Amino acid sequence: MADEVILLDYWPSAFGMRTRIALEEKDIKFDHREQDLFNKSQILLEMNPVHKKIPVLIHNGKPVCESLIQVEYIDETWPKGNSLLPSDPYQRAQAKFWGDFIDKKVSGPTWVLWGGKGEEQEAGKKEFIEVLKTLETELGDKTYFGGETFGYVDIALIGFYCWFDAYEKFANFSIEAECPKVIAWAKRCLKRESVAKSLPDSDKITKYVPELKKRLGME
Amino acid sequence: MASDEVKVIGAWASPFVMRPRIALNLKSVPYEFLQETFGAKSELLLKSNPVHKKIPVLIHADKPVCESNIIVEYVDETWSASGPSMLPSTPYDRAIARFWAAYIDEKWFPSLKSILKAEGEEEKKAVLAQVEEGNALLEKAFIDCSKGKPFFNGEHIGYLDIAFGCFLAWLRVTELAGGHKLIDEVKTPSLSKWAERFCNDPAVKPVMPETATLAEFAKKIFAKPPA
Repeated sequence: MADEVILLDYWPSAFGMRTRIALEEKDIKFDHREQDLFNKSQILLEMNPVHKKIPVLIHNGKPVCESLIQVEYIDETWPKGNSLLPSDPYQRAQAKFWGDFIDKKVSGPTWVLWGGKGEEQEAGKKEFIEVLKTLETELGDKTYFGGETFGYVDIALIGFYCWFDAYEKFANFSIEAECPKVIAWAKRCLKRESVAKSLPDSDKITKYVPELKKRLGME
Repeated sequence: MASDEVKVIGAWASPFVMRPRIALNLKSVPYEFLQETFGAKSELLLKSNPVHKKIPVLIHADKPVCESNIIVEYVDETWSASGPSMLPSTPYDRAIARFWAAYIDEKWFPSLKSILKAEGEEEKKAVLAQVEEGNALLEKAFIDCSKGKPFFNGEHIGYLDIAFGCFLAWLRVTELAGGHKLIDEVKTPSLSKWAERFCNDPAVKPVMPETATLAEFAKKIFAKPPA
């Protein structure tokens, strides 16, 4: 019996990109349903009543919420093909630690980079660079965060990369100047089909920001 | 050769620290409990968790594992032969357990904390309503996850029981301070019975502080300086 896999998503979301990449890595066919977050659909409200957020992965009618939980679910449900998490318990704990770090520390300061100004934006820039430098140290000279294999931590972080041009433009700084290793890592990830398919063009994001600000009443 | 020793860096009052301790107890793994002094951070803590500088940290054969729920999964996987699995067997049920654990940390516990910090009746009412809404969700989650068994994880205490149960002592302190029951036989009958089972479990009892002791401690740390 064929699996029915639906993903409720929003094209600029770095979180939605995580789940798309995971599904692509496992070569899973899915119905990608773009959501209007300013006018939430019945299915979104039914499938994620607690948070009412995307992404929502619906597998044979049953919803899984929270992007990193979805990535792990995908890895466990479709164990064939590329493993997204290491099999060693200590390595798994390290991967989850960094996924959690990215969740707590990366998305926080980023809104102020494209949507903020003045001192608040300056503080956000500083915080963002510090966080990226910590990640850079963790990456070291490895190809990917997990070593030679693309996986969970790479997936957790890479979606933010398509927003970098927007951050640089609206906050007036160069991420590559501060964190060249992160940029090099991102470019390596983009060579993978799963990532190239799942990340929108940076241009598209940058062009979208003024509209997003307007819709959020952030002018 | 690194010894197989297990250490937990923590503090008796921290619900997050309780999580790895309960997990280790469930797997009958002996460990050394290294208590941090309130208000100061030890060299070992700063070395073992340089990113967050927070407790708990589990050190196993000299290798640190940080973040309480991650530590619980690590304990479950590392000592898988020493006790029942702490997570359900199907990927879907596992995702549900992880979802609720994340909800508890991101939404439920912050709203519980804000009851103790709330100033004035209006603010108190608002945060109480939030917690009660959360409790109603968790009551339903318990019924769905337990499927008629005694714990969220089924027959045995597991990841989600630990993720939520660790807050029970603080919950009782909050109830005392506010004069308002949060988990009881009327509002949350299933959770009320589960809470009693959880707190009386031999893996939990030794690490769950007495409500009175914790209430004293809470008074000290939340004490407002004289006006």
